[in-house]
Amino acid sequence: MTEITHYSQVWAHRTPRARLFMWLGWVALVALFVFCWHLMTENTIWVFVLDAPRQAADIGGRTMPPEWGYLPELMKPLWDTINIATLGTIGGVIMAVPVAFIAARNTTPSATILRPIALFIIVASRSINSLIWALLLVAMIGPGLLAGIVAIALRSIGFVGKLLYEAIEETDARQIEAIEATGARGAQVLSYGIVPQIMPAFWGITVFRWDINIRESTILGLVGAGGIGLKLNASLNTLAWSQVTVILLLILGTVIVSEWVSARMRHALI
Amino acid sequence: MLRLDGLSKTYTTGDAALSDVSLTVPKGQIMGLIGPSGAGKSTLIRCINRLVEPTAGKVLLGDVDLVTLGKGELRRQRRRVGMIFQEYALVERLTVMENVLSGRLGYVPFWRSFLRRYSGADIQRAYQLLDRVGLMDKADNRADALSGGQRQRVGIARALAQDPELLLVDEPTASLDPKTSRQIMRLLTEICSERNLPAIVNIHDVPLAQQFMQRIVGLRSGRVVFDGPPSELTETALTTIYGEEDWNAMRQGDEEQAEAEADAKTRLEALAR
Repeated sequence: MTEITHYSQVWAHRTPRARLFMWLGWVALVALFVFCWHLMTENTIWVFVLDAPRQAADIGGRTMPPEWGYLPELMKPLWDTINIATLGTIGGVIMAVPVAFIAARNTTPSATILRPIALFIIVASRSINSLIWALLLVAMIGPGLLAGIVAIALRSIGFVGKLLYEAIEETDARQIEAIEATGARGAQVLSYGIVPQIMPAFWGITVFRWDINIRESTILGLVGAGGIGLKLNASLNTLAWSQVTVILLLILGTVIVSEWVSARMRHALI
Repeated sequence: MLRLDGLSKTYTTGDAALSDVSLTVPKGQIMGLIGPSGAGKSTLIRCINRLVEPTAGKVLLGDVDLVTLGKGELRRQRRRVGMIFQEYALVERLTVMENVLSGRLGYVPFWRSFLRRYSGADIQRAYQLLDRVGLMDKADNRADALSGGQRQRVGIARALAQDPELLLVDEPTASLDPKTSRQIMRLLTEICSERNLPAIVNIHDVPLAQQFMQRIVGLRSGRVVFDGPPSELTETALTTIYGEEDWNAMRQGDEEQAEAEADAKTRLEALAR
């Protein structure tokens, strides 16, 4: 096998240039870490940090045992929270569906004017946290469930609208073409060609958003938008740690149940 | 009767997919359209019902020029042209019955189609068509639960539900095995002769075209280069359509394939002994 000697035995995964950049990248990362560490420790009062385990143990001690007698009183606010999430999701989805159809490239009635507006609505809704929506709405329509429901609905438009319009754009064009070829009107093409194709995505997105909304609506009470968050706020303010434990455990339980329900529903639908 | 007059299509990229195609398809004729990939077969049939907008020329279905129609009138005229697709193009998540009834969409108001409240006559006709294509027992199955051959039968029933005066068939057997392909082609030709329905069939498979078509039109680079009965489709004609090299390569490939098969056969026989 002497004739293969003129082939090189050297092979490198990266070029020297790439290796240099890799090395520089690592150096930059280490430098950034050192800089951040410096920034973080600069304003830290180390006495407090050293004291932290003791403080944690103190609060931990106060949270135990949970005040289980507080549980019945929480049922009404919990029910309110679930209603905020559910009604907010329904409202959000109802508003998101037309926005999604206007935002999708293949169904938009006007790509130059209406589509950018729809995309803006989606971005605006997504960029504002539901807690901030709730703050604004409590100021506008007063404290209570309604503010919470509207906050959740407004926040949901962006999420549902974005995922739904992506699903609409991913539909199989051949099926739509076949319906067009029969001489169907625009609305019929929508209901026979597109809607059946996006139904699984639609239900999946809706149930997923409802699951997220259950979690988000538990804290809306902190700013006065009703539900279990109101109770949490009250207990935190009065330093009633054993009540806080009960509330947090209840929220944890609710989220686990909602996640289980949403997983089961999505499994059944798709 | 369908008459194409100087039909041309140039895509915005500058590719001339069709140049000056003139053809007449009389009532009851099944015309096969053959040609290499990219010859403009698909563009040609899509220009007829204007799923693709032709750049120039006329498409006369009876006395109506489909090319000049506005949106609403085009929709009404599309009802007269049934289309059958390569990958079936059924609405996968709807039932077989819904797919067949969707052929009636051009005739029923939106609310009826939305609520699936079709007239008795439409439903009866849909059942009759399902019976004709041999899928009576599959009416309430979802389309995505069917095999390829069954789906294409649903596609045929959907096109016929339109009560068309012309069938456009785009590579009906490209996704099917040889046996199912022949069954589907036989069904198509039978149905066309039963109803005296003209059809334009895009087809890749030359032997299949020769077996089932009454007339063959060869397309090359968007131009008609052959037009005649299957018996006239000689090797010279095929060379004109597909080009010298390709055709010889295909034949050579066939010979190699045959040799390899014969070789494998003798080996297997030797092993069996």
